[in-house]
Amino acid sequence: MKLILERRLVPSKLASWGGVGFSILLALIMGGVVFLSAGANPFKAYGVMFLGAFGDFYNISEVLVKAIPLILCGLSIAIPAKILVWNIGGEGQLAVGGIGSAAVALFLSPFLPSPLVLPSMIIAGFLAGGLWAFTAGFLKARMGVNEILTTLMLNYVAIYWMENLYFGPWRDPTGTGFPGTAILPESAWLPRFPETRIHLGLVFGIVAAVILQWAFFRTRWGYEIRVIGENPKAARYAGMNITRHILWVMFLSGGLAGLAGMAEVSGIHYRLQQGLTVGYGYVGIIVAWLSRLNPMAIIVVALFLASLLVGGDQLQSVMHLPSAVGLVLEGTLLFFVLGSDFLARYRIKLSAGSKATKDRHFPS
Amino acid sequence: MRHGLGVSRFVIWELEIVMDTGTLIFILSITIQSSTAVLFATLGEIFTERSGVLNLGVEGMMLMGALSGFAATFYSHSLLLGTLTSLGVGGVLALIHGFFAITLRANQVVCGLALAIFGIGLSSFLGRPIIGRVGERFVQWPIPFLQDIPFLGPVLFNQNPLIYLSYLLIPSAWFFLYHSRPGLNLRSVGENPGAADTAGISVIRIRYLWTIFGGMLAGLGGAYLSLSYTPGWKENMTSGQGWIAIAMVIFALWNPWRAVLGALLFGGINALQFYFEARQFTLIPSYILRMLPYLFTIAILVIMTRWKTVRKRAGAPAGLGLPFQREDHF
Amino acid sequence: MAQTVIRMERITKRFPGVLANDRIDLEIEPGKIHALLGENGAGKTTLMNILSGRYRPDEGEILAGQKPAKFNSPRDALESGIGMVHQHFMLVPNQTVAENIILGLPSPRFFLHRAKVEKEVEKLSRTYGLSVDPQATIDELSLGQQQKVEILKLLYRNAETLILDEPTAVLTPSEIEELFATLRNIAKEGKSVIFITHKLEEVMEIADRITILQRGRVVAHLTPEEVESRRELARMMVGREVVLKVEKEPVSLGEVVLELRDCSGFDERGHQAFHRITFAVRRGEIFAIVGVAGNGQSELVAAIMGLRPMSGGELLVLGRPLRKGASPPRESVGYVPEDRIGMGSLPNLDLVDNLILTSYPQFCKRGFFRKDAARKGVEGLFSRFHIMAPHIHALARQLSGGNLQKLILARELSKGPKLLIAEQPTHGLDIGATEEVWFELLKQRETAGILLVSGDLKEVLSLSDRIGVIFRGRLMDIFSTEDEDWIEEIGPLMAGVRQERKR
Repeated sequence: MKLILERRLVPSKLASWGGVGFSILLALIMGGVVFLSAGANPFKAYGVMFLGAFGDFYNISEVLVKAIPLILCGLSIAIPAKILVWNIGGEGQLAVGGIGSAAVALFLSPFLPSPLVLPSMIIAGFLAGGLWAFTAGFLKARMGVNEILTTLMLNYVAIYWMENLYFGPWRDPTGTGFPGTAILPESAWLPRFPETRIHLGLVFGIVAAVILQWAFFRTRWGYEIRVIGENPKAARYAGMNITRHILWVMFLSGGLAGLAGMAEVSGIHYRLQQGLTVGYGYVGIIVAWLSRLNPMAIIVVALFLASLLVGGDQLQSVMHLPSAVGLVLEGTLLFFVLGSDFLARYRIKLSAGSKATKDRHFPS
Repeated sequence: MRHGLGVSRFVIWELEIVMDTGTLIFILSITIQSSTAVLFATLGEIFTERSGVLNLGVEGMMLMGALSGFAATFYSHSLLLGTLTSLGVGGVLALIHGFFAITLRANQVVCGLALAIFGIGLSSFLGRPIIGRVGERFVQWPIPFLQDIPFLGPVLFNQNPLIYLSYLLIPSAWFFLYHSRPGLNLRSVGENPGAADTAGISVIRIRYLWTIFGGMLAGLGGAYLSLSYTPGWKENMTSGQGWIAIAMVIFALWNPWRAVLGALLFGGINALQFYFEARQFTLIPSYILRMLPYLFTIAILVIMTRWKTVRKRAGAPAGLGLPFQREDHF
Repeated sequence: MAQTVIRMERITKRFPGVLANDRIDLEIEPGKIHALLGENGAGKTTLMNILSGRYRPDEGEILAGQKPAKFNSPRDALESGIGMVHQHFMLVPNQTVAENIILGLPSPRFFLHRAKVEKEVEKLSRTYGLSVDPQATIDELSLGQQQKVEILKLLYRNAETLILDEPTAVLTPSEIEELFATLRNIAKEGKSVIFITHKLEEVMEIADRITILQRGRVVAHLTPEEVESRRELARMMVGREVVLKVEKEPVSLGEVVLELRDCSGFDERGHQAFHRITFAVRRGEIFAIVGVAGNGQSELVAAIMGLRPMSGGELLVLGRPLRKGASPPRESVGYVPEDRIGMGSLPNLDLVDNLILTSYPQFCKRGFFRKDAARKGVEGLFSRFHIMAPHIHALARQLSGGNLQKLILARELSKGPKLLIAEQPTHGLDIGATEEVWFELLKQRETAGILLVSGDLKEVLSLSDRIGVIFRGRLMDIFSTEDEDWIEEIGPLMAGVRQERKR
């Protein structure tokens, strides 16, 4: 008996999405093992997580709150990934977006009419993140420098810069709570849904996803992106300007992450503070890949992963387990999805030896 | 550290620097210490990439190596066991990556990133109980006679055993890679897996072997941090050195000796940063000092990439990152 | 080692969608050169990959001297003395000849002993007349020399049966003679040589035995004495009468659609690929550039299409000069690339997306892309060009190779280009498809000027009005196909030999 791997002619969509479901199951089992190893009852732990995420109205709202940066960062990673450009700099672009929008709120808002403050912050956040990513994109497009490494390095640079700002020149003179800037004026606060912390950023995320999904199939840009992602050689053959696309895509990608930063500053913390960057840029990778780079799927996956994170937070307070378990679960999930990808592209067959195989004639 | 050695003078770009020799020796000594973790990880990744596999999970493997090495040492009171544990943990993580990348032919970039995220998260998760604990650490073992060599002696030969290990590892790696049959096989697999396969070399086996080896060295690099450089466990204690190691592989042009150069440059920047902060130089604000290693890494990436386009064959192994399947190669 | 007869019995091999070998029987005698003849896709390479251990047969067996042999890898086959030189060399580019030759050998075990190996290689090469410098790195060698290294690899391992897959594809005529001499030497030593080819002339010149494959089946086993004519061989290869000449109707010449003046350019490694090329193509004519692969044609075409920069000279497309870094408008310039599938197709996108790859701007207005308009625009192409596909939204990877090529041709021809560049347009196609492509190309002369780049002399002579021979990046000569005297010169010109001639 032998295991034969036969490449499928057409990747199986069923296996593809079925694989995601199966992976989720496997990851949950793995998580159970991790809980056991930490001395906790897996069922109780999952129970706490589930209630923590969906137990009451407020918890559900918190899931939505956490989903906002995940949607935006997921989109931020997915778009360049479609043309095989990897923007791992979500953390830094988010931070820089926070810096930019906080700057507008702290220093420009006295000179602006109130209704203009938020739009200016949005633009500032988007531009800041966009330019931050554009730098790495420029190095890649013009000089071929590996963008994974440059975006990563820029993360550290951005975070140190941000820390310096809120520990130093922009430090809150009244010095309460977390290290950070002064509380931003109210004109700089994103409106929230009543009784919750869900802010307007949710709309940003969903609108962005919808627009992008539509654009991929209904615009010239979308067609070119799909071609470049499928076969860059063919794209060049067809006369497409790949360099220009890389630049724009990186700018857009950074802008979305920057927008996430603005949303966190303006919708959650109301200031630039420590704890702005908690790894959304990295979790965004998981979001993007689990959604297979499909913007609409990103919304759903972001909600799912947010529920894992929120549930994980509950674990810490209720069962004294480190909340990082959420992150562990997500990493595991990603691995399993990668594995299931394999099943979509290859068929596994059992062969009882060559003599038993019947003659088959294929139409050519 | 010896005082009373007088004063060293040297000139860099018309800027004359006068420094107490003892201090210079101190800085160089710190340079070596700061570069060793990156050196181990870079060397490991060189071997992995030479076989054609891209493993971006170095940061995760280093952190898990740091944690497991320290934890094993803390509970067993044996540095040897701790070191071996870090090798094992790094190897196992790399094996996971290898399985997905080699056997399942998944996208190697995403695999590696997943491994990194997983390692970062898992180490945070598991490391909670021992944050801040104090355990055994490697201490300096001065080598008699050698350490008395003027100037270089105290710099090179008054270090801890892991650093001495790196002294042995580098030339061995170089010789192995270029002058031995297993090294020839490794290079062929990365450069042209189809040719290696036809020659009867098991591409799969070599890729697994060197991927695991790379993970082991990454783990060792992490253990160096937690058992010697900044003893103990702290979340994210590698501060991106794993990612920097990946960049260093490019700088090193996949060559062990150049990896030393890159690591030393990185270590040098760290040492300078340390020196400036200790002396409270306010010329360069401390947050910029902290950024320097990362900006420096970007700079060398840019330089290397531009330089590559001028040089003839200074590139990555041609088969890097691509899965191998015999029947694809018509 | 005793010279054994190698037998393949009832060998069958399947790939997804294709029956490559169908119960093939083959016998290889020692000391003979055995030609395996067949069209592209007949299954010759697959069969030999099985013999050399790269593939495993689904059915059937291999016998070496009466004993069944099971090869799980090329190494096993080599231990039984069977080795193969592939079309795409299995060499490691940045390693030396010596390193490549000892790659994969059990000894020396650990230390490389370079000097000793180099001496042995030198001795071997002198014995068989294959001169190569053991210390040279592979990427410094020409393709002909690299081939010698491949052969040396097998001889160093004491191979008794050497298989060569289309060895002359990359050689100049003089290198081909050298190769044949070497093969005869090898056969004289009692070894067997199996020679895969689809070129009838070569078979008649060198083979002691001939086996013809057609669509995965053996059609005939012959000796050269038994063959009456090349025409008969061709018929057996294809299965029907092959028309070797093509009807060409005269077409009036129009304006110049492509002009190169003193154009030069480099290849990827920085070497000069082509140098001071000057020619012009007019509407209504087919101008062919013929040469052995690797003499600069690919770089030249890439430069014309804007995919590579030129280092000097002027390029005018459709009468307009092309600036540095610009590329010709894809709506009026058709380009059928040599690497059709790698460069010209989008495997995981559907056929509509593929068919509009070079004409999509016409379906985009103000940034919006109208898929339904695109679909309507390309629907008619399937019947016009006989493209077989499950349905219009199937993925390109679901098409067979031949149909994919037809799709690309359809795409480039149907946009009504004024200039058409076709690189090796019938490479890999069977005779029937080749005839269809030739017919289409000739028809395009009514509206376009055609630049044909090919290594197939027969094709070039049948289709073109004027021919330019390219050798080492220089256009050796340009002449009309009506000029019978020059036609004899093509061979030597392709090898760089220019005769002084009275005009």
